[in-house]
Amino acid sequence: VPSVPRLGALSLLVLALATACAGSDRSRSGEGGTLMVYSGREEELVEPLFDAFERASGISVEVRYGDSAELAATIADEGDDSPAEIFFAQDAGTLGPVADEGLLAELPAEVLERVDERFRDPDGRWVGTSGRARVVAYNTDAVAEDELPDTIFGFTGPRWKGKLGLPPANASFQAFVTAMRLTVGEERTRVWLEAIKDSEPRFYERNGAVLEALAAGEIDVGLVDHSHLYLLKDEQPDARVANHYLGGGDAGALVNVAGVGIVEHADADAPRRFVRFLLADEAQRFYAELAREAEYPLVAGIEARPGLPALDEIDGPAIAFEDLGAELEETLELLNELGYTS
Amino acid sequence: VTTRVARLAIRGRAPLLLTAPALVTAGAVLLPLVYLVIRSTTAGRDAWAVLDESTARLVLDTGLLVAVVVAAATAIGVPLAWLVTRTDLPGRLIWGVAAALPLVIPSYVAALTLLGALGPRGLLQGVLERPFGVDRLPEIYGLPGAAIALTLSTYPYVFLLVAAALRELDPALEETARGLGRSRLAVLLHVTLPSLRPAIAAGGLLVALYVLSDFGAVALMQYPALTRAVYLQYQSLFDRDPAAVLSLVLVVLTACVLVAESRFRRRARYHRTTATAARPAARVALGRWRWPAAGFCALVVSLFLVLPIGVLGYWTWQAVPLGRPIELAWQAGLNSLLAAGIAAAIAVAAALPVAALAERYRSWGTRLLERACFAPNALPGIVIALSLVFFGVRYAGPLYQTLALLLFAYVVRFLPQALAATGSALRTVNPRFEDASRGLGRGPIATLLLVTAPLVRPGILTGAALVFLSAMKELPATLLLRPIGFDTLSTEIWQATAAAAYSEAAPSALLLIALSAPLVYLLVGRRGAELSGPG
Repeated sequence: VPSVPRLGALSLLVLALATACAGSDRSRSGEGGTLMVYSGREEELVEPLFDAFERASGISVEVRYGDSAELAATIADEGDDSPAEIFFAQDAGTLGPVADEGLLAELPAEVLERVDERFRDPDGRWVGTSGRARVVAYNTDAVAEDELPDTIFGFTGPRWKGKLGLPPANASFQAFVTAMRLTVGEERTRVWLEAIKDSEPRFYERNGAVLEALAAGEIDVGLVDHSHLYLLKDEQPDARVANHYLGGGDAGALVNVAGVGIVEHADADAPRRFVRFLLADEAQRFYAELAREAEYPLVAGIEARPGLPALDEIDGPAIAFEDLGAELEETLELLNELGYTS
Repeated sequence: VTTRVARLAIRGRAPLLLTAPALVTAGAVLLPLVYLVIRSTTAGRDAWAVLDESTARLVLDTGLLVAVVVAAATAIGVPLAWLVTRTDLPGRLIWGVAAALPLVIPSYVAALTLLGALGPRGLLQGVLERPFGVDRLPEIYGLPGAAIALTLSTYPYVFLLVAAALRELDPALEETARGLGRSRLAVLLHVTLPSLRPAIAAGGLLVALYVLSDFGAVALMQYPALTRAVYLQYQSLFDRDPAAVLSLVLVVLTACVLVAESRFRRRARYHRTTATAARPAARVALGRWRWPAAGFCALVVSLFLVLPIGVLGYWTWQAVPLGRPIELAWQAGLNSLLAAGIAAAIAVAAALPVAALAERYRSWGTRLLERACFAPNALPGIVIALSLVFFGVRYAGPLYQTLALLLFAYVVRFLPQALAATGSALRTVNPRFEDASRGLGRGPIATLLLVTAPLVRPGILTGAALVFLSAMKELPATLLLRPIGFDTLSTEIWQATAAAAYSEAAPSALLLIALSAPLVYLLVGRRGAELSGPG
């Protein structure tokens, strides 16, 4: 065992070397320059898109992966010195606050117009790139399809007592509750939440855990996004789980999007090319055809994965994303008060 | 002979060569606190409104979890340490290494595997369903699950620190007590255990701080701890100010824990009068207790190491029928080893001056300095990571998101572990040897390096092991501060679990354990074998 002074000297030496290596690594750049992306979307899901962009543009993409909310906080704390040029987020709810802090630049109109105005910022600072619908996923051994109510208000009876799972801390779930408050009002939402709470639901940390619990038979139905079923099937192809779509303007059919914005101070050329690429047919077809999670492409004319109801046919609540963001705090207070997140 | 000397050694002014590095270290470690103060003072009144009666309940629930886990970790760690270091337990070297290893399992992986195995419809239920018709197992979510997962992640702190202390403990006092006709049990209870107080206290302190700061296990187990509330602020509201205010509550709780630790340790001093541990204690022959004792070790290791490894193995194996290759992330493994190894070396080097000041130049100032270094340790990783983002990008621009800043983050996060280990070791070394060295003309620094450091070597090595294992699994700071493309095993595991790809996460987790094992052996196992003498 080396003595302590030697250990110290050695570590300083290694540290210096490591710093040198890491430093030189940062300055390396591709022929067409580099693009720094902060990605709240998982590497497994979006890396093929980054690779395709590199091939198409000659711009080398550097990606910092992380949790969407944590990356949003990071961009805010970095302020003007942020190395980030692109913020690629898991959901609209994360992009809104970042845009409101003045950290995202306005996108060119031709990019925005690729996507229905439901799925982009009205001030043009972020744009949706793919969509997910809220569904009720169910265990096909435990529940027959025709047993399933076609509204979210049907899941409060004794049939579902102790058999329903949901992720109360998950952003999509909270957006859904906000949508319910905005569509049917405060009082009915409170009554529904209380009724669900009374029927002993099981809480999970995130959507994925709800799906695993469904596959294991821990619960019969779960309130999740449609895409998680496809991730589950990727791991457990034989899992006895399916998605049930709601309709009739039900909050339980809310469509949420993942989206992208350009960080304010960034030199705009490469970032713009990247955003344009994400909304070009090729990248949109990636969601329709290849992406593991089978999200909806948002550009008109690109059809969703076979087996999914078309995006236009999903009859969700008519609500703007910025309202979801503005109302979130009160939703959280309600969830906290009723014992969902405390 | 171990003595409790209540007097304060009068040793003159602390040399600048010791004070300066200690102050730099404390300054670095306190950065997250400075960040929180900036955030919460610039925050409006609204941010402070986050503190209400529900906060009080969170504090109580968090306190309950801390108490349960500290008790469980002590109840497991202390007997294990004694069995492995002081008895003729069969296979003690293997038990020693195996019992330390759960420290490297990230707590969210621990919680995932526990849920996979012991959940209401987990693997165990599957095994029991056929022969016994067990439809579902009792609830594990909530306090039981969180407590088991966190005990798994933390009892090695107590185990490693107490084992290091036992190796350094002078056997003379115990032998004298035996010679005076005390029974073996009485010696254990009235002589050995009391002299282990500093180590138990230091271990308990690390356990408590870990539980306060942990997010992964409480989130997966659905336990309402304060860190979950802090994360909820970031996750849902993107509001860093209330999160900072809530984090300050954690700092206050840390202060309580620090006071409790000091009280438990009391003001007494616990050092031996002879020099090094050249003479190991005679091993206690367990006799007919050999096998029950081995059974206890086996039980702990099965639940906390074999079970997680088993579940991870099962998930890995699930990839085979899917026709997927099982890929081992060797490059990430190398990166993890490199970063954690360097961080461990720097952390012990930085901790030694602080610990030496606090133990050898006792004054309220030096004590405060040492205690202050623990203050940020209960903060959730994301808070520490964001504080270093804040300062790093502004004041260390060229180093931002390089390996250097990542290592700095590891040291800031895990310095208390090196400090606890070195400090508790220093308390068992009699300052007279240092006095002698000084009297013979050595300077204070030379004395520290040539006399003190070798005497506390087991403590230093234990501290290095603790920091190393913690850094291997660190996630929040790694994600935000690592150089682009610098994957570590913990980021690989995170990537895969975030996409629900357990069959891809599991091999990385297994590699994490496998790569850590040899180093744990080198740092704590071999050293134990050296000192153990003939069994």
